[in-house]
Amino acid sequence: MYQYTSTDKKIVTERADQFQGQVTRRVSGSVKELEFKPLRLQNGLYMQLHAYMLRVNVPYGLLNSKQLRMNAHIARTYDKGYAHFTTRQNIQYNWPELDDVPKILKDLASVEMHAIQSSGNCIRNTTSDPFAGVARDEIEDPRPYGELIRQWSTFHPEFAYLPRKFKIAVTGTPDFDRAAVRVHDIGVRLVKNDKGELGCEIMAGGGLGRTPVVGKVLRDWLPREDMLTYLDAILRVYNTIGRRDNKYKARIKITINETGVDKFRAMVDEEFELMRDEGTKLTQAELDRVSKQFVAPTYKKLASSDSALTKFKLSKERDFGHWVTNNVIAHKVDGYSAAVISLKTKDTPPGDVSDTQLDKIADIADKYSFGEAVVTHAQNLVLPNVETEQLPALYAELKEWDLAEGNYNLVTDTICCPGLDFCALANARSIPVALEISERFADLDYQEDIGELNLKISGCINACGHHHVGHIGILGIDRRGKEAYQLMLGGSPSDDASLAQIIGPALAPDKIVDALETVLKTYLGLRTAPEERFLDCYRRVGATPFKEAVYADN
Amino acid sequence: MPIIKDQKLVENEYVEVASEGTVPAAGSIIVGLQNFMKHKDLFLNREGNIGVRLDSSDDVSELTSDLGKLALIVLTFPKFADGRAYTQARKLRRSGFKGELRATGEVLRDQLFYMTRVGFNAFELQEGRDPENALEAFKDFSVTYQSSADDNRAIYNR
Ligand code: SF4
Repeated sequence: MYQYTSTDKKIVTERADQFQGQVTRRVSGSVKELEFKPLRLQNGLYMQLHAYMLRVNVPYGLLNSKQLRMNAHIARTYDKGYAHFTTRQNIQYNWPELDDVPKILKDLASVEMHAIQSSGNCIRNTTSDPFAGVARDEIEDPRPYGELIRQWSTFHPEFAYLPRKFKIAVTGTPDFDRAAVRVHDIGVRLVKNDKGELGCEIMAGGGLGRTPVVGKVLRDWLPREDMLTYLDAILRVYNTIGRRDNKYKARIKITINETGVDKFRAMVDEEFELMRDEGTKLTQAELDRVSKQFVAPTYKKLASSDSALTKFKLSKERDFGHWVTNNVIAHKVDGYSAAVISLKTKDTPPGDVSDTQLDKIADIADKYSFGEAVVTHAQNLVLPNVETEQLPALYAELKEWDLAEGNYNLVTDTICCPGLDFCALANARSIPVALEISERFADLDYQEDIGELNLKISGCINACGHHHVGHIGILGIDRRGKEAYQLMLGGSPSDDASLAQIIGPALAPDKIVDALETVLKTYLGLRTAPEERFLDCYRRVGATPFKEAVYADN
Repeated sequence: MPIIKDQKLVENEYVEVASEGTVPAAGSIIVGLQNFMKHKDLFLNREGNIGVRLDSSDDVSELTSDLGKLALIVLTFPKFADGRAYTQARKLRRSGFKGELRATGEVLRDQLFYMTRVGFNAFELQEGRDPENALEAFKDFSVTYQSSADDNRAIYNR
């Protein structure tokens, strides 16, 4: 994994010192809240319903065991004993005191982590494929590119006060997008051109929120050396013409729609050509320096473990069998697997882990996965490099710590925003809905029968739970002062990106999970074969049968 | 109030001339972009330095052919969170402007470091701000990653 250079270290330490000074000036009153706000936001500090919330970046989701332990320490010392993994591969703390935040930032800096630009109208943390580096279908590891973008965007002096927040995602698997690059402000896909040369495809203007849009291709192939210059060009155009009169029209997706993609592209190209051979151009040496830090660990020479996996799946111990079936992913190296630790366990809000669990995950990562774990945007963790033969032992340890839920990509693997329990913008609670779902569908055989399903819940139209791209999305709204939920079907964030559609009037809190179950039962009756996923079935038959079933009594 | 120029406190030697206002025969003056474009010959041929003030929505390329003749360009931050002037500054320096580039409007201590990087070298702090304290801001960071007006080479090209 990437090791900080002395420059990288200096930057995060100096930032922690700078923020210490800003907090002191805030506390003494010489800086007013209005001016302090963007400063604290650029350090990841939000004002929530009850307290401050601190968002810590996990670049492209990768954490080592030292960092996991430090986060356990922070959760224990400065929070109420837990940390929350978000849909953008970050960590949030919901209860820090303002005075403690500079101390937390220093603790983070000591393990090469930071909260820089994790909120505010600036370039946010870059996200990537959680199976980067181990996926069988990958053509190139996207993490070095994520790291290059992290450095380029950190304290970019020109783009700290953009019209609106700005999110970039990178993937190295052109055929199977697990990083949702099409619904980001900029999506970078590593691709090969006709000559077989590696380069970047650049998409822009995707996004969720109030106006969900699928991103458009600005360049289908660009030499890697030019990637950062091209990003500079996009940002420069956006910073100049992006709307600042209305915060709901300020994202780049609106800029591109209003300008027209061809005109926007021409403006970017003009800017790019002016700068192309200037000082941002990446060198082979720099690409090599960063790539070298992501070399694969020293794997043992093992035989293929595909048959062992089949045996485990059929294990008489049903829970273990379910877990291997659902949570273990094929690895590109023989004898190894990637294992998903589900953070969607019964009775716990999706994405929450306790300090003791975090410590344990650090130990487990050391013991089974070369000391690394990856946060996914579905709010789970991945152990990317586990010897397949070790899976039973790993499972036993996870189980002891309540981390062995075998529900990856199933209905109870719900993505869920904090909602009205924490968020000042919320219209409705989302966590209780997720908890009710995990109870209703607790039976894993039932879940497996339903099959792959991405369920996503947001507590308001800002869509932090990405409900538009859920196979099933649930959106909390305010209906005449009461919480209610819209049910949406048919979304996908992947290569077949599509936006979910509302199927009827909003449902009351005590009806929404019933409605979900009705939809799923209808699907089970309609599907042509168990292989036909809910999403495929919905695309084939359309909304009508589901609508009729859900609203039958009305 | 003094302004900060090249990281020192100095007196502002310029006087602002309103559009259609009387133009002093000598001395340094600042005029708005439209005024400047309309009476370019008059302004460029008089005694004394000439500065042009731009709004954050103005297109800096309008000044490209005159950059060598201007002693000062003033860019405006209507709100500190409105970052258009950062890009304007960067573009002006890229086009070869060598004169004083001054930030006005809501200019606060905590943005000075970024402003300096994109090419500003003078700052009119907002009324009531302590300029001595602001001078500290230039030391906030000792290292940078990106290419900008202060160094056209990103860290890997230095
Ligand atoms: S979707 Fe709405 S309720 Fe949920 S976290 Fe985002 S802003 Fe808050």
